[in-house]
Amino acid sequence: MSFNIKEWIFTTDHKRVGVLYLIGSIAAFGVAGIAAMLMRIELSTLGPTITTNPTQYNVWLYAHGAVMILGFQIPALTGFFANYCIPLMIGAKDVAFPRVNALSVWLFYVGIILALLTFVVPDPPDVMWTGYPPYSTITTGNTALYSFTVLILGFASIIGGVNFLTTVAYMRAPGLKWSNLNIFVWCTLGAFVLQLIFVPVLGTAVTLISFDKYLGTHFFDPSRGGDVLTYQNLFWFYSHPAVYVIFLPFIGVVYEIVATFAKNRVFNHKVVLWGGIGGIVILSGEVWVHHLYVSGMADWIRIGQMVTTLLISIPVGLLVISLAGTLYKGSITFETPMLYALGVLFLFLIGGLTGIPLALTSLTLHLSDTYYVVGHFHYVMAVAGTFAIFGGVYYWFPKITGRMYNERWGKIGFWLTFVGVNIVFWIMMTVGVKGMPRRYYDYSAFPQFESAHQWMTFGAAILGVGFVIAVANWIIGARKGAPAGDNPWRSQSLEWTTVSPPPHGNWPSPPSVDPDWTPYSYERR
Amino acid sequence: MHTENTAPGGRVRAAAAAWLGGCAAAWLAAPALAYEPASAAPGRINDPAAGWDHLWHEVIVDITIIGVLFALVMAWFLWRYRARKPGEVGTQSKLSPAAVIGWAVIPTFIFMADDFYLAANGWKLWNDYRDVPADRMEVKLESGMYSWDYTYANGVRTQNVLRVPAGKPVMLRMTSRDTLHSHFIPDFRVKEDSMPGRVTYLWFYPKAPGEHVVSCAEYCGVMHSYMAGKIIVMPEGEFKTWLDQEVAKLAPADKAVDKSAEQTADKPANPPV
Repeated sequence: MSFNIKEWIFTTDHKRVGVLYLIGSIAAFGVAGIAAMLMRIELSTLGPTITTNPTQYNVWLYAHGAVMILGFQIPALTGFFANYCIPLMIGAKDVAFPRVNALSVWLFYVGIILALLTFVVPDPPDVMWTGYPPYSTITTGNTALYSFTVLILGFASIIGGVNFLTTVAYMRAPGLKWSNLNIFVWCTLGAFVLQLIFVPVLGTAVTLISFDKYLGTHFFDPSRGGDVLTYQNLFWFYSHPAVYVIFLPFIGVVYEIVATFAKNRVFNHKVVLWGGIGGIVILSGEVWVHHLYVSGMADWIRIGQMVTTLLISIPVGLLVISLAGTLYKGSITFETPMLYALGVLFLFLIGGLTGIPLALTSLTLHLSDTYYVVGHFHYVMAVAGTFAIFGGVYYWFPKITGRMYNERWGKIGFWLTFVGVNIVFWIMMTVGVKGMPRRYYDYSAFPQFESAHQWMTFGAAILGVGFVIAVANWIIGARKGAPAGDNPWRSQSLEWTTVSPPPHGNWPSPPSVDPDWTPYSYERR
Repeated sequence: MHTENTAPGGRVRAAAAAWLGGCAAAWLAAPALAYEPASAAPGRINDPAAGWDHLWHEVIVDITIIGVLFALVMAWFLWRYRARKPGEVGTQSKLSPAAVIGWAVIPTFIFMADDFYLAANGWKLWNDYRDVPADRMEVKLESGMYSWDYTYANGVRTQNVLRVPAGKPVMLRMTSRDTLHSHFIPDFRVKEDSMPGRVTYLWFYPKAPGEHVVSCAEYCGVMHSYMAGKIIVMPEGEFKTWLDQEVAKLAPADKAVDKSAEQTADKPANPPV
């Protein structure tokens, strides 16, 4: 089989589109990770360390946040995993609109190229990934680059969403009921519903700041009748649901891995679908004000959304109970994907619980905009999501490539990363509680935190090595790994019933399933 | 596999009803437990910073218990149900309908009870943060890139250093002349954004003389991290002497100051207090 670049660029095969998403998002992850390392090195001493220009630091910070979320996590989860796994999991030949699918991956590449231009243009954006006005409308940085990055990636995501909702609705294998779909499929559909509802709001927000900055409008300029808070509301009205756009698919990946490596049915399957996933989809649009607890919103809405925010603990709690229950009476093995999945459970447990103080409006008056918040959301979303992505890539690696990665190096990479993230983000939360504000180039006002910053830099170096080992393991495994066979994990899920790697069209003959089959029926064998 | 739920159906239902009743009672009782009758002896001031430390401690104990329980259960499962021989599969049986409902409803009630208990506590502390004591000193704050500009009631102005008397609540009425800023005083556990076009407020209760760092907590521009200030809490007498001196310095330049003071004075509307 020879490699033909044209076949890849113009492909409409969902598996190749998925792999293109994976390559692009891992590249984005690398760049954003380097930005994070540069920041950590900068913060390792009080005062300037490797740059004397605060704008340089702010650009790294912008790039780290924007690229990690928009260029890595969302595309890896709703681009790569959804593309690669959904048609295989539902027994379809491809997605409903393969050419639209190709368009979405092209737009994704345009988007990450725009995002990476940050490191090339003379006036890079320095508005943070949130782009709050008035600063974003008066900065000399390039706010338009930010707006267009968000718009293009948002557009790619919307057409992806339409495509997958149609695919699952109309292209399931004969006999495959909605309630027997893989949990990952349900989770991803939930995420796409959220994208379809909320992305347009973000698009509006970032378009309006560019209008304000370049066309002379005054949407957010109070001296001409605008209001700065409008932007923050629009932005978080999307960006809180965006957390669940990341959370739902990643917990879906974790479900697939945990069920497979425990060789067990999913505990309380129906409640996971309706209570867990459904509950999150319904609540996700009613909690955005918890990002605005200190921004001067009316008191009544801050209190009201404190209650809705706390209630999120219910669907999330049901999911965590179900994941723990899936281990009960299982037959558990601990290969690399399972380690990552259990790592996600641990990180998510810490991240979720440390979110409870942040749900309380009054506690947030102190905690908001400190390193506590940064530590919390890295645990709960950033690192937990990244672990799920890495675990998922390891899990489906034999399916994608037909080869096996190196188990030993996989485990070494996992443990380095796991230890590293806990050093970095645990310390980050503790200095945050003591008052270390976020987005600081120079923390001279808080010299007492210097040694904590040095420990964090040390932890970041360890976790960086771990991630490099993982990516190297994939590259080497894809080229030289031992043949893996069609179903090395002995999974019951449909994607493992075809050959590895699956041919164009996925199945030699279209599959059909019994009505009482589920992807997790191990006991029947 | 799933037939055992039919025979002792009556007992299952009774047990479920008892559980639900208990949970519902806990759920209803939780806010009541958190509620304390208003400690509104006139003149008593509820210090939000002390309240913060108390509630933080309570929440940390709460989440640590939940976290450790979950982690222990999971660790036990991982150990107990590790695969012993190759080719084994899990043996969990399908939940009975009663168990499905139980495993959904009971955790929901437990979480909800905890949520409402925390919400009630959080709301109470919130009221302490937002209800400013009547006997207070008010200072106006205009933030800008990159300084904190304070104006006392008598027109005295300072930059980046706020001197206050010990033992008196201090309220800041805040606005901004350019971008968003957030006046963060870690020692007093409080911050609130200031922005152009709106007036926001916060208050704190400096009890003893000392110095406290002020930092900017909302990204405001290139020099965000250098926007540090200081609150100096002085014994009441010393503060009065200092303020009188400043007023005296102000007198000769009275005319010039008046004009700009008026300008800033009529910009912000009164915040709802």
